[in-house]
Amino acid sequence: MKKLNVSKGFLAMVYIVCIFLAALSIMPFLIMVINSTRSTVQIQQQAISLIPSSHLIENFKILTGKAFNPMRGFLNSAIISVGATACTVYFSSLTAHALVVYNWKLRQPFFTFILAVMMVPSQVISIGFYQFMYRIHLTNSFLPLILPAIAAPSTVFFMRQFMLSSLPLEIVESARIDGSREFHTFNRIVLPIMKPAIATQAIFSFVNSWNQLFLPLILLTRQEKYTMPIMVSLLKGDIYKRENGAIYLGLTLTVLPLFIVYFLLSKYIIAGVALGSVKG
Amino acid sequence: MRPKKLSYAKYGYIFSIPFVVAFCMFTLYPVIFTLVIGFTDFKGLGVTDFHFLSEPFKNFQQILSSPSFKTALKNTFVLWGLNFLPQILLALLLAAWFSGTLFKIKGQGFFKVVFYMPNIITAATIAILFSTLFGYPMGPMNSLLQKLGIIDAPYNFFQNKWWAKGVVSFIQFWMWYGYTMIVLISGILGMNTEWFEAAELDGASGWQKFFYITLPNLRTILIYTLVTSLIGGLQMFDIPYLLVSKSGPNNATLTASVFIYNQAFSGSYMYNRASAASMIMFIIICVLSAVVFYLMRDKYEAAAQKELKRAARQRLREEKQKARTGA
Repeated sequence: MKKLNVSKGFLAMVYIVCIFLAALSIMPFLIMVINSTRSTVQIQQQAISLIPSSHLIENFKILTGKAFNPMRGFLNSAIISVGATACTVYFSSLTAHALVVYNWKLRQPFFTFILAVMMVPSQVISIGFYQFMYRIHLTNSFLPLILPAIAAPSTVFFMRQFMLSSLPLEIVESARIDGSREFHTFNRIVLPIMKPAIATQAIFSFVNSWNQLFLPLILLTRQEKYTMPIMVSLLKGDIYKRENGAIYLGLTLTVLPLFIVYFLLSKYIIAGVALGSVKG
Repeated sequence: MRPKKLSYAKYGYIFSIPFVVAFCMFTLYPVIFTLVIGFTDFKGLGVTDFHFLSEPFKNFQQILSSPSFKTALKNTFVLWGLNFLPQILLALLLAAWFSGTLFKIKGQGFFKVVFYMPNIITAATIAILFSTLFGYPMGPMNSLLQKLGIIDAPYNFFQNKWWAKGVVSFIQFWMWYGYTMIVLISGILGMNTEWFEAAELDGASGWQKFFYITLPNLRTILIYTLVTSLIGGLQMFDIPYLLVSKSGPNNATLTASVFIYNQAFSGSYMYNRASAASMIMFIIICVLSAVVFYLMRDKYEAAAQKELKRAARQRLREEKQKARTGA
């Protein structure tokens, strides 16, 4: 390894930029977490502090004394996200299985179709979606937020690429010889082989679903159905106007699960982003 | 062997059914329904019946001539541009540093994890967090700037339309540059290392290698990033909706999605106009999607297609030969 023409000054600059950007990523969340332990009076006297205080429980009482219900939001979000993620990974694998294993006439046109609808925007068709759900009485239900996940074109695409490279078709054929039926083969033999791809896609599908605001906001009007992001939007309203400590705590509570997921799985997440980009 | 294989083809259709049904119900039908509503007089909470207008394009005309829709459309592009330009430049710079042809940065893994972090945090939370950080009269940003002596009195950031726009764009930039960086790094790492070695032998400098090898070969990925970011940007909702109340001074942060939401779901229930606006956005996004589609198709399908054609030709030739020998 030759270290050519990189001066020490240049290298120092590289590190300064990186450390600055890292601080930029961390600081807002650090201020948030620390301020969630400080009382509103303390925050108003001094908005930034690096020393946590002792008003966490007091803030929690103020926060939950009003509309914000972190347990409800957490539970609702969890039901929707787990349901949607399960639908996405299972049915996307099934669709990919259809595309890879069987030789059918419409196979190529169907794949082209999946590529074409990969980017169909969900928000700009929300009026039709909402009206449809309103007519079949599914507003204030979680189903319209879970079932559409069955058709996830980009996940199908990812699963197909993975299957092409790591599912030997001989396995499927030998299962046939052993008398396994096609659906059974998929569930018992193909799905376990897909595990790494399923794990990656599950993380992204879950985070995506957890963070969604637009559709839940228009579909769920009853407070006991609110998801975490809708709960968060309550913090903006007048009811918490002067309760800074409680607002910071509410924000902290909503990102806590994401932080835990991220720091446990960051390696896989970063690798997943890099992998997903290969499709470009 | 052949006839047996053919009999399994039906499973291809059967296993595709859930996808197709869900797609038709939750995507195709809503698209058509939204389009239809755009041509009607459909408005009002709880109303379910509607009539087609005698002038079918009235809603579209009204939307296209509405000053607030124009503002929303303009804002959407401005907010996207203000975040994308610095984002792609910074991501390129970091990707060039991190892909390590010249030097190795210690703690690369840590930096990647931290830079990408804001991307997975709920946008709604980030919007409220920043609106609190930039709070007036008391907020961390104000107290920091006062302590540093940059301002003497608290400043109300969101009363200034360029500050409001700037903060929205900054948040978008801050949430996405890490993602773009990782995408670009994986693009660079996927390149043939021989090119770089050959250039090194020819005495190319680091910058020359970057501009003459890395950049041209990143072209497809860069276009892909640009278009997907634009498609996402055109649907920007959470941040502008929650950061500044009532879209800021002079609708400074009113985006197309917020406009549609306001038309349909907050107070006025003008489903017909919201649908017309949605369809206009839908068409813009479809055109952009077509670009992504062709980029992807080029890569994967062209190769597959070629193979299929070759196989078909081969089969044809074999059959001809068989026919000839048979005759």
